[in-house]
Amino acid sequence: MSDSPMVVTHDEVNPALRHHFADLEQQREASEFGMWVFLATEIMFFGGLFLAYMVYRYLYYSAWVAGSEAMDFWWGTINTAVLICSSLTMALAVRSAQVGQRKLLVMFLIVTMLLGCVFLGIKAVEYQGHWKEHQFPGLNFHFEGPDPQHVELFFCLYWGMTGFHALHMVIGVVLVSIIAFFGWRGRYGPEYYNPVENTGLYWHFVDIVWIYLYPLLYLISHQHSH
Amino acid sequence: MAGHIVPKRTYVAVWITLMILTAVTAAVSRIDLRHASAAVALIIATTKALLVILFFMGVKYVSQRMTIVMIVAAFFWLGILLVLSMLDYVSQAWR
Repeated sequence: MSDSPMVVTHDEVNPALRHHFADLEQQREASEFGMWVFLATEIMFFGGLFLAYMVYRYLYYSAWVAGSEAMDFWWGTINTAVLICSSLTMALAVRSAQVGQRKLLVMFLIVTMLLGCVFLGIKAVEYQGHWKEHQFPGLNFHFEGPDPQHVELFFCLYWGMTGFHALHMVIGVVLVSIIAFFGWRGRYGPEYYNPVENTGLYWHFVDIVWIYLYPLLYLISHQHSH
Repeated sequence: MAGHIVPKRTYVAVWITLMILTAVTAAVSRIDLRHASAAVALIIATTKALLVILFFMGVKYVSQRMTIVMIVAAFFWLGILLVLSMLDYVSQAWR
């Protein structure tokens, strides 16, 4: 069948099995473990940003409330719902690969991609609004009210945290589209779906970051409106 | 072989719970709870994050011990970063 020595040692070899793994199960476990090592570094990365947020919020709380008042409550809430829906379709996409439903896999991946684009579109509308309101630190920042310096600091973290989150979303949409392409070509099935699973883990991680960004950035001001 | 297959209705139930919790945290933010409001928002966010981690990310079904160790370590390190750094600021009043 082939001149590869590995083929001789196994009765039937899945083409997805790399030669340095004993079997597909070991390969999947290594892939899952590796993905979580990567996610641990991502948790550290966003952890640093969240720490900066916590420290300055503790020190300049009133500036944080003033900054949060400039956020659009409804866009933030709608975007949270959009991301949660995209996590459901992503989970269902991985499940479709596990049970070998190729068409459903591609369909769920495309819906996930579209929801990711809706999120980014809403974020772009918000960014445009903040730019027009002179809420971009360093370039055009202007704030009428007490403590403009620390409100500017809030906006540094707002743009930084949501910006890095949006960058992760863009990468996620690209990854999902690549997986959708190979999924459509029939590369994934019950025996081998590691790339689908890992893309799912990445997508859900990015969703979790937003689950925290939403209350921390959008919901402070309402708590002190009385 | 390979990974645990979760029933569709489990995913849908988790999704419905996440949507309800989003509505709850949005609604609660409009009520003045004074100092409790941040805690309530963070408790709801953490509940949502746990649901995503356990079910959507399938951590509830992970069989490999090394992966579990990695996941626990990741959050332990995050805890060190956030808690020990914040202690430094919060304790300044007593210095």
